[in-house]
Amino acid sequence: MAVQQLANGRFAWQRRTARAEWLNWLAWLAGVALTVFCWRVMTESTIWDYVWDAPTQAADIGGRMVPPRWSYFPNILKPLWDTLNIATLGTLLAVFISVPIAFLAARNTTPSVAFVRPVAILVIVSSRSINAIIWALLLVSILGPGILAGIIAIALRSIGFIGKLLYEAIEEIDAKQVEAISATGASGPQTLAYAIVPQIMPAFAGITVFRWDINIRESTVLGLVGAGGIGLNLESSLNTLAWPQVTLILLVILGTVVISEWISARIRHAII
Amino acid sequence: MLRLEGLSKRYANGDRALDHIDLHVPAGQVVGLIGPSGAGKSTLIRCVNRLVEPSEGKIFLGDVELTALGRAGLRQARRRMGMIFQEYALVERLSVMENVLSGRLGYVGFWRAWFRRFPQADIDRAFAVLDRVSLMDHVDKRADELSGGQRQRVGIARALVQEPDILLVDEPTASLDPKTSRQIMRLIVEICAERNLAAIVNIHDVALAQMFVQRIVGLRAGRVVFDGPPESLDPAALTAIYGEEDWSKTMTREEEAEDRAHEAASEQLRGVRAPLIAEAL
Amino acid sequence: MADAVRPRRWRPAPLIANPWLRHGLTLGAAIYLALALGTVDVNWARVVDGLDRGARFIGGFLQPNFSSRWDDIVQGMIESLTMTVTSTVVGIAISIPIGIGAARNIVPRPVYYVCRSIIAVSRSLQEIIVAIFLVAMVGFGPFAGFLTLSFATIGFLSKLLAEDIEDIDPASVEAIRATGSGWFSMLSYGVLPQVMPRLIGLSLYRLDINFRESAVVGIVGAGGIGATLNTAIDRYEFDSAAAILLLIIGIVMVSEYTSSIIRKRVQ
Repeated sequence: MAVQQLANGRFAWQRRTARAEWLNWLAWLAGVALTVFCWRVMTESTIWDYVWDAPTQAADIGGRMVPPRWSYFPNILKPLWDTLNIATLGTLLAVFISVPIAFLAARNTTPSVAFVRPVAILVIVSSRSINAIIWALLLVSILGPGILAGIIAIALRSIGFIGKLLYEAIEEIDAKQVEAISATGASGPQTLAYAIVPQIMPAFAGITVFRWDINIRESTVLGLVGAGGIGLNLESSLNTLAWPQVTLILLVILGTVVISEWISARIRHAII
Repeated sequence: MLRLEGLSKRYANGDRALDHIDLHVPAGQVVGLIGPSGAGKSTLIRCVNRLVEPSEGKIFLGDVELTALGRAGLRQARRRMGMIFQEYALVERLSVMENVLSGRLGYVGFWRAWFRRFPQADIDRAFAVLDRVSLMDHVDKRADELSGGQRQRVGIARALVQEPDILLVDEPTASLDPKTSRQIMRLIVEICAERNLAAIVNIHDVALAQMFVQRIVGLRAGRVVFDGPPESLDPAALTAIYGEEDWSKTMTREEEAEDRAHEAASEQLRGVRAPLIAEAL
Repeated sequence: MADAVRPRRWRPAPLIANPWLRHGLTLGAAIYLALALGTVDVNWARVVDGLDRGARFIGGFLQPNFSSRWDDIVQGMIESLTMTVTSTVVGIAISIPIGIGAARNIVPRPVYYVCRSIIAVSRSLQEIIVAIFLVAMVGFGPFAGFLTLSFATIGFLSKLLAEDIEDIDPASVEAIRATGSGWFSMLSYGVLPQVMPRLIGLSLYRLDINFRESAVVGIVGAGGIGATLNTAIDRYEFDSAAAILLLIIGIVMVSEYTSSIIRKRVQ
């Protein structure tokens, strides 16, 4: 904000100084230029005829998709159960791995800020950067298709998520309670158990349930790359152009996601 | 019981919090440590059990030189020093009993502590101190369900269950109302008399200190500038501790102190209410 | 006090007071775990085969091969990055009106319900499923990816923006209203200044997510680095795959670091 005194003695008010105004404009201009440039590069190879044709295509696919093939429902119960297991077991596995990593990454519990902490943070960032489906793609290629690849893929992705949120929670604890426990002559591990664990327990439970809910969502599509679950049926139905089946599977996925979200919200609400 | 010899603490940023403190506290004596904020009261207490590492000087608890101890030795020595904190510093999400039993952590192994399987002797001790501080009705309540005075009594119980030789008490009444403050101070002093415990009590309320302790030590800028019985704390001594001020009004007796606190409280209330009333009009 | 003399037992109060419920839940969890682990049928022969590949993959991380697929990688990265930028910009542009429309405290009910249902649809559909359909409609290539990510951005940003607007301080909105100004000036003086810093933070966060997702949509043909990655993995070229993953991790780290700096400046 700038107030200037004009020649006639009055005051003029502008939101920003002239310089800031210029910089602001430049930033906007650069942003627009970048977007336009990206757009040009991205659409270089786009065949616009297809794009204009999209509504017709959509109508066509839409027409074939209804009504859903309800009789297919029994066939997807087993895959649905697998999906649930992939998400749950994957979350459990991730919990076991990410808890120690979180303690190594938190500034106030790490054995060494200079050496151990950066490594733990790197593990967390790497895990967070790669989507579960990409981990699944890799693991299917290494371990072969099946549930195991799905579970490990879900776990690998969740380590970063749980680890990050948990180490942030550890860094936010009340240091006075820790001081009080160590003042009684408690050892390091005892202080961890009595002063730190009780403080992070609600956050930990909330984070885990939240991630479980996300993992249900993610594990429904892991089958597209062969990692088990209901996604396998989606993949085969798409390949055989069995659109009514696709509709049914999508509806079931939608229902599962909604229910798991509801459960997770209820549990988190109860914890807080 | 406790002896400090030339104790100094300099923080990393160059602040000199303690400057060659010499102090001897015999068993059974309750010492009130007074002084302006930043005089080093809290640092002194924390140096004794080495929550803060002293930079120079020696500390003896009985025959043990605390400043020379390694990690394991320090753990054992800390069991003999019970600490009571300003804002209770209870583990909020643990029950009263768990908080009290945490005072026995120095005596039990990790897994016993983790599964809450303390020896029956420890449980008996915990019940005994809980009875002493009149909290038998709240054993399984969570610490954050208690009132301020009750929480501080849990804090006291946690320190006592350690069966310490000395209590280190850091502003025990700072977050309590005047009446509860006096109850807590009285409890601490009584317990010290019963168990022949030495204690150092940091306290900013001079009148409260005079009321309860046997000896007052005044700190200013990290040095001891007064050391004597409460009766000899005159305006000259207060000026030495806190600096120039009209001290004639501070030298009040008990009732006046409470009246003053009352007045301050109601004044505060009026201050809050005034704009509300203005709004209503 | 007789109690203090007689030894008293003490056990911590259990988390769930009702013993039937407590033991029932424990038993249920154990049974579930056993059943769930039973469904994991591992083909050990295949796993043993895979160990070698796994070792090669880990070796690839230590010695990533950027050169043999360099042209594909560059092409894929360009597609991913341009897709990320355009879809984030378009997503934000659409999210702002929808987010405002989905804030209960400043719009009439019918608008609220329409906007909330748009958000619900966008949030409940997986990116990769949307991508499959969009590829079928507009053909292979980054344009389908761009549409997918824009669509996903709308659900994410509008929801959080709407929640922010619902949380704003009503007093300042009322103060602006009291000056007799209309709905739009109320919006620009009372609402937007309050949510702007958060909106910028969320947009940067979404930029990050869109980049990570751009690696996924390529698997189903919607352009970007995912396609390159998919090919590399299909052909068991784990050193190239590792190189791509390292690039993704590196870009995510740089962008997280930059956005944390920008966010600090804004707030």
